Amino acid sequence: MIRYSTISAIALIASLGAAKAQTTVEWWHAMGGELGAKLEQVAQNFNDSQDEFRVMPSYKGTYPETMTAAIAAFRANQQPAIVQVFEVGTGTMMAAEGAIVPVYQLMEEHGEEFDPSIFLPQVVGYYTDTNGNMLSMPFNSSTPILYYNKTVFEAAGLDPEQPPRTWQELEQMSRQIMESGAAPCGFTSQWISWIQTENFSAWHNQPIGTGENGFAGLDSRLTLNGEAQVRHWGNLKQWADEGLFRYGGPVGGDNAPPAFYAQECAIYMASSAARAGVIANTEAFDLGFGMLPYYDDIEGAPQNSIIGGATLWVLSGKSDDEYRAVAAFFDYLTQPEVQADWAEPTGYLPITQAAYDLSTERGFYANNPGAETSIQQITLNEPTENSKGLRFGNYVQIRGIIDEEFEQMLSGAKDAQAALDSVVARGNDLIEQFQAQNQ
Amino acid sequence: MKRTIFNSQLLPWLLLAPQLAITFVFFLWPAAQAIRQSFLRQDAFGIRTTFVGFENFQRLLNSPEYLNSLQVTAVFAVSVTLLSMGFALLLAVAVDRMIRSSRIYTTALVWPYAVAPAVAGILWWFIFNPTVGIMPYMLGQLGYNWNHISNPGDAMTLVVIASAWKQISYNFLFFLAGLQAIPNSLREAAAIDGAGPVRRFFDITFPLLSPTTFFLLVVNIVYAMFDTFAVIDTTTRGGPAQATNILVYKVYFDGFVGQNMGSSAAQSVFLMLIVTVLTVIQFRFIEKKVAY
Repeated sequence: MIRYSTISAIALIASLGAAKAQTTVEWWHAMGGELGAKLEQVAQNFNDSQDEFRVMPSYKGTYPETMTAAIAAFRANQQPAIVQVFEVGTGTMMAAEGAIVPVYQLMEEHGEEFDPSIFLPQVVGYYTDTNGNMLSMPFNSSTPILYYNKTVFEAAGLDPEQPPRTWQELEQMSRQIMESGAAPCGFTSQWISWIQTENFSAWHNQPIGTGENGFAGLDSRLTLNGEAQVRHWGNLKQWADEGLFRYGGPVGGDNAPPAFYAQECAIYMASSAARAGVIANTEAFDLGFGMLPYYDDIEGAPQNSIIGGATLWVLSGKSDDEYRAVAAFFDYLTQPEVQADWAEPTGYLPITQAAYDLSTERGFYANNPGAETSIQQITLNEPTENSKGLRFGNYVQIRGIIDEEFEQMLSGAKDAQAALDSVVARGNDLIEQFQAQNQ
Repeated sequence: MKRTIFNSQLLPWLLLAPQLAITFVFFLWPAAQAIRQSFLRQDAFGIRTTFVGFENFQRLLNSPEYLNSLQVTAVFAVSVTLLSMGFALLLAVAVDRMIRSSRIYTTALVWPYAVAPAVAGILWWFIFNPTVGIMPYMLGQLGYNWNHISNPGDAMTLVVIASAWKQISYNFLFFLAGLQAIPNSLREAAAIDGAGPVRRFFDITFPLLSPTTFFLLVVNIVYAMFDTFAVIDTTTRGGPAQATNILVYKVYFDGFVGQNMGSSAAQSVFLMLIVTVLTVIQFRFIEKKVAY
């Protein structure tokens, strides 16, 4: 017994010694469930690939919770080296000079042969400053696509191989689906803010705000109340009243997926990263994929869709050794195999051209219909000022305002124009406050 | 009452020290921080700080969302209080009349109090879920289309029910104790004088219960205003269109989700004032005027 404990004590000390020699960095993330397990696997593989550095992932809850936790930790001087922040937090993180270490700078100082040109411009464009420098490391990026129920399409007398290309077609198909009794509702959607407002704008090459959608500086303002957006919201309201469209709730629209899975709605617009979940829940019918619909009479549509998801930000106040560890980890993340292994099962976009090519070579896209839709849609055209992405401070709250005003419109308290005018007025008030806080 | 005399000054302070330390660390220090923060404008990471005087307060008072939140809180607090106290009184009167099984009923009725607010929220969220819940299905049979995701009235009903349900147990216990403290002779005398059960309740029982009722009134309003965060967070998250965004939830949302520390702190200061007023009411008017 005594010998046993002596041995284990020695083993313990030895292992502590081994751990000491390594540089350990913390990585706070917001990936729960399946995605969380995949993410931990990525970190584990990195740790196994070398013995100088160790990355320790820890799950901190939802995206807003993780960001909040990191900010609170920073204020208390307990910040992790790496934190995963969702795309709408970009404005806040970018403005926090002194709290973050821009990725291009980190890689210049501590990384080996870092080449920013290997990334897909549509993905990194969202996260670069006006000089084209990468500020954070894209990790999981997705874009909304259209899923549809081929079985219901067939029952309604529609061509099951032909998803709606335009909103006009979508309206007419939804009507036929409802009138034929094939399903009680035409379509539903996740994320009114991200999909039906921001992506809608980019997809139709309409500005979301001034100053290149906020990329140009803190004095940019929202302009979401344009003609195209008002027309689309107005249509959604009318379609909701007719039952063609079913609202899934605020933020991510929690009630949208069950409506599609239960075959109540035949068409569903959701993130490409929802792919694995959608496939798992739709075994009862044939699933089809398509690009987002567009109004063919709006000039410039379809342009290209924009991304969502999250990137990894590096926080300041760490030692050089720790930054070397982060740089080595980021270097590892950009390797084609690592990227492809992460992107294929999750439905996220590969962030480098090499990873995309590798997946194509492996036959992933050929064997998995619909998986390529997202990347085709995001690279459909060279991004314009209106379709690069968006960057505003306090945007988490502005997303909330978009949901609220949409709900007010649905309840009949406001028309589309008044609701979107209010989004702009209330949103710009928050953006003004943000500008004042950060100047 | 017997007065304890201490020989030295040190011992009483020493005995008080742990409680004072806790009060200082967990109540006074954060409260002071909130007051300080409410006069500042700061970015999320706390790098740039500017003193802005009363600007945060001014903004709040001019903000339609904040005024809406005040109104929502008032409606919510009054509804929760009336519903939970009404039901509790009804149940307490029923149990009070029982002779044999009152103990079992008391235990059963106190049970929900042990349920954490977040769990209670999830429970009611399931029951009322428009897609999978049993209540929307039953209401649908009656011709009512329940949808708390887009209908503000439904959402408010949901959070009121979920919050009141939990509080019924607490109120029930106090009402039952209050009822049992009322001498039976008074009710019997009234009965002999020919007063029916309803008359007896309103003329004898209810007035004699008034200390309990006043106490519970304050406790329930405080509960509805400050302890229902978890219920809101697990059911409606303040939606739709801020229809259930009570003051406490707004403090959380603006501060922790929105990272607007100045405004959040100013809202906390307003909340502190409300608590102070409620506490004063309780001590001044209730504890003193109403004898038990």
